[in-house]
Amino acid sequence: MSLMTILLQAGNDAANNFSLSHLGGAIGAGLAAIGAGIGIGQIGRGAVESIARQPEAANDIRANMILTAAFVEGVALFAVIAGILAVLK
Amino acid sequence: MGFKSLKLLLVAAFSVISVLFFHSANAQEPMDTAKTAKEGKFDPAKVIMEHVMDAHEFHFFSYKGSDGEEHEISIPLPVILYSPQRGLSAFSYGRFHDHDSHGVYNGYKNEEGKIVAVDANGNVDEVVKVYDLSLTRNVVQMFIALIILVWILMSAAGKYKKNGTNVAPTGVQNVIEPVVTFIRDEVGRPNLGVKYEKYMPYLLTVFFFILINNLFGLIPGSANVTGNIAFTMILAVVSLLVILFSTNRHFWGHIFWPPGVPVFVKVILIPIEVASTFLIKPGALMIRLFANMIAGHIVITCFILLIFIFGAMNQVAGWGFAPVSVAFTIFIYFIEILVAFIQAFIFTNLTAVFIGQSLEGEHHDGHDHTEDPVII
Repeated sequence: MSLMTILLQAGNDAANNFSLSHLGGAIGAGLAAIGAGIGIGQIGRGAVESIARQPEAANDIRANMILTAAFVEGVALFAVIAGILAVLK
Repeated sequence: MGFKSLKLLLVAAFSVISVLFFHSANAQEPMDTAKTAKEGKFDPAKVIMEHVMDAHEFHFFSYKGSDGEEHEISIPLPVILYSPQRGLSAFSYGRFHDHDSHGVYNGYKNEEGKIVAVDANGNVDEVVKVYDLSLTRNVVQMFIALIILVWILMSAAGKYKKNGTNVAPTGVQNVIEPVVTFIRDEVGRPNLGVKYEKYMPYLLTVFFFILINNLFGLIPGSANVTGNIAFTMILAVVSLLVILFSTNRHFWGHIFWPPGVPVFVKVILIPIEVASTFLIKPGALMIRLFANMIAGHIVITCFILLIFIFGAMNQVAGWGFAPVSVAFTIFIYFIEILVAFIQAFIFTNLTAVFIGQSLEGEHHDGHDHTEDPVII
């Protein structure tokens, strides 16, 4: 049994309400979460290390950290929206 | 001076054309009810969609009465329909709930929230075109938020007009003043330089408008205004118009003939730059706000629905899971309040950054350092 036959069988399982698009959407959203976690973790690491080097700049660094984290989160949420569209259509 | 009027003409033409090609941006996904209909069983996807999408009524909760009927506690809103064939009709959404008419009233039928025209037999009439101009809950909530926002800001402004800056701030000024100063010092001045005062009204408007709509959307039972892609699209389009209006010759020169790169790179860069200015930057603004808000609402709804999902499996599991679910929901609520502020700030900040990029003149590197006074 090859991977291709399994995938084709899953694609044909429309009667059971299982569909490849649901799988794709869910996996995509999960990968997006991994990406966001790694990205925002890097931002946090950079911010915390910078604050450790120079505590007086903590406020500026915190503001920049939140701003950049919002950018990365926005990109992750693009992928979540794509996943939702894949499940709903 | 000639360039300014040409720019005005181009921006005006762009705005008019984008309005002419407007067709209603429908944020509702057509729910394939055949796929997900489990008769009588609890369907979480449908409930989530009902919570985050627009509707013709403010629905608070439903309960099964003693006669087995589903009673809904909701505020029906006006349905305003215009059809070129039938004219204008306006009635309350509650008319569709009469049981003997099967969701048909006055020649219109309510199909899962979408209103279609039906003929005398009750079949969908394809020929009649219906424009739905109703006051849906998003519209009503937006107006309520707007009225409250204008009232708060005008009362603060009135106090400043009366007393000037010689009197200590009182009441609502205490809340508004640090926020306005924050937007001016952290968003306006760093990005816009000396021309920040011209743009402060727009930046403050967009910040407070998004913030108050975000916060109102968090009230249980309220509508999800900022999580509606049509709403965020209009905000992004308005920001785009402000950005285009503040461009100058250097900006367009840099887009259509990027300096400092070889010609074959220019060929690749020019479409990227054009797409980035007109499509990608406003598109990112639109999707970032929309996705953040709707994701937050879906997560909150899901956590509460987990109680019912567990309850459908086993009554005891439902009750037992309830405290856990409520605890998670409270935690997420705090995060969502933070996200409400952050997303409003991010939208404003990015708009200011893009306006600043349009305003850039000649690059005179080395001249732009501020003099820090020596403090002893």
